[in-house]
Amino acid sequence: MGETPHRSADAGTGGTRVTQSHEWPAGASARVAEAPVSTRSPGGNGLGGGGALPRSRKFGAERAFRGLTLAAGTAVLVIIAAIAIFLIAKAVPALRANTENFWSYEGWSPNETQPKFGIGTLAFGTVLSSALALLMAVPVALGIALYLSHYAPRRLGTALGFLVDLLAAVPSVVFGLWGRDIFINPVRDFSVWLNEYFGWIPIFGGDGPFGKSIMLGALVLAIMVLPIITSLSREVFLQTPTANEEAALALGATRWEMLRTAVLPYGRPGIIAAVMLGLGRALGETIALALTLGITFGISFNLIQNGGNTIAANIANAFGEANETGRGALIASGLVLFTITLIVNITARAIIYRRREFTESAA
Amino acid sequence: MTTTATSHRTRPPAQPASLRARRLPWYAAPAIAVAALALSAVIVYGTDIGGPVLVVVLGAILYLAGLFAAANAVEGRRSARNRTWSALIHSAFVLAVLPLVSVVWTLVSKGAERFDANFFQTSMNNIGARDANGGAYHAIVGTLEQVGIATLITVPLGVLCAIYIVEYGRGKFAFAIRFFVDVMTGIPSIVSGLFVLAFWVLVVSPWFNDGRPSFSGFAAALALSVLMLPTIVRSTEEMLRLVPAPLREGAYALGVPKWKTILRVVVPTALPGIVTGVMLAIARAAGETAPVLLVAGGGAAINTNPFENNQSSLSLFVYQQAGDASKYAPARAWTAALTLVALVLILTIAAKLLARRNRLSR
Repeated sequence: MGETPHRSADAGTGGTRVTQSHEWPAGASARVAEAPVSTRSPGGNGLGGGGALPRSRKFGAERAFRGLTLAAGTAVLVIIAAIAIFLIAKAVPALRANTENFWSYEGWSPNETQPKFGIGTLAFGTVLSSALALLMAVPVALGIALYLSHYAPRRLGTALGFLVDLLAAVPSVVFGLWGRDIFINPVRDFSVWLNEYFGWIPIFGGDGPFGKSIMLGALVLAIMVLPIITSLSREVFLQTPTANEEAALALGATRWEMLRTAVLPYGRPGIIAAVMLGLGRALGETIALALTLGITFGISFNLIQNGGNTIAANIANAFGEANETGRGALIASGLVLFTITLIVNITARAIIYRRREFTESAA
Repeated sequence: MTTTATSHRTRPPAQPASLRARRLPWYAAPAIAVAALALSAVIVYGTDIGGPVLVVVLGAILYLAGLFAAANAVEGRRSARNRTWSALIHSAFVLAVLPLVSVVWTLVSKGAERFDANFFQTSMNNIGARDANGGAYHAIVGTLEQVGIATLITVPLGVLCAIYIVEYGRGKFAFAIRFFVDVMTGIPSIVSGLFVLAFWVLVVSPWFNDGRPSFSGFAAALALSVLMLPTIVRSTEEMLRLVPAPLREGAYALGVPKWKTILRVVVPTALPGIVTGVMLAIARAAGETAPVLLVAGGGAAINTNPFENNQSSLSLFVYQQAGDASKYAPARAWTAALTLVALVLILTIAAKLLARRNRLSR
């Protein structure tokens, strides 16, 4: 915690200094003011030379409140640990009952007497759809962020930034519904067109039907993570010191050169963190993909044929008819998803922590 | 397009004055745009490979190429790059606005279809596939109860946790808590649903329910609080850090103990910011579908008791109606989606306005 000075630490030292430099002898008020400082040392009577000060009570309000906050803080660690423990505890029996290899089997039928299920296709679909979504969303999101922070008139930029923040709050089920009912038509037309003229490329091949494909899922996902990445990176771009930008302009840089030499390098850790957070969102997205993907099992790079599945979408779809082993199997797949997102998030946080200025809460 | 944007800017212009350097005339960009569109229309309709959308897309690509070539010839390479990139950035904006506007438009136009009193006064109980009526009363009740309980659980826990991090926590332990709160923001909602399923529904709830696992609205509230907790802790923490140190010092100097200082001085000062964070967390939780699907089960009837039996929620209602084969289901789904978005946006806008009035704003 050494990077940012604690306000409370300032307050503590400030309090002590005031007491020491006081003209009259330590009065009643100064004594009480000293009390909170003393409680910080674990011994309980860390009063230094102030013998006249009261001993800190064992069961005082201060102790109780401190204990309460400590318990609340510990609860976070307990919850994270409990998530891992309970998921593992429920997943292990199902994994034991599995008659096929959990990592390589292509299919999901855990409800039969001979349970067979494998995570391979689901993990592949999760990673493929998220990667495609980010591939499409990141350049556009960065473009919008640059537009809002450096191209648009200030008022328009603020207003549109507010709108982008609002769009980040729209629930995913709405995007899923829109993708399934409306967006599928242009995507299907586009898929047919791609298949007609670029069918010789394997990812655009196949004989149809087209529509509820990885491409639709990835596009909907891209539109969903767009506001998140945009609002975070806009925040970072706005934090670029004006002196850096003006220095670049004063040296004769064009506006693009100014962005490239001053704004983008300054914002790079923030951009990476925003992208990683968007990736975390995309990996865990459930309902939008459950509505837009044509659920199939099988590893295929074909983007436009009906098909595709992800871990989260499979949980939402298969949960209804799952028996006990089926639930265990779904929990096991959730555990894999939890691990993947944990790795992504810890990496993102490590990058953010390297640069303390980026403190915007990433909700 | 780019030239007008340049003239409106408040910063000093990046290009040298036209006295010294040759510049493209103002009509160059629109002229290139028209030429590019015409050329692409000729190509597309001449070879019959697509429709008007392809004309626009191909036109945009030709426009970028033409603009680069023209600027490169007249103004030089650096200026040409500048023009091309700013055209790209503007088009990124237009590209993203289109689907988002489509989402909003569809939501309003389709959602208005069933946006009537009946929708908000009836449930889906005894509504068959051929019944045009049916509403979301039960789902609204479920959403309000689940989010309310989740808020009651999370707000005290989150605020106390933030107080620990900011006021009391020292060293590695506090750092670990901070770090894991950050990591927790990224937990997928479905994982939190699975956690509550494994913990509450399958292990704890049989104790209260004759040994059989039971779905309940309370379980959904637990799952939502796992999702809300990190958001609330982070925003509260930021707000507490913004409280000026002299306020605390003044309280200590007056002889107020630390816990009372925190409760009477620090937290009230940061209160508007904390409320903002809480409202944003509520808005996010209200829109979550997956955890409710896994642990509350959903149901067609009105169930006001969150501790027993299945409960629905607005977002789950949308999902279920979206999967329903009835021809009246899509209208119900869209109206419920509109209701949900209205609820979430009202909360978000109120939170943002509150944050703007906040004296401690960043």
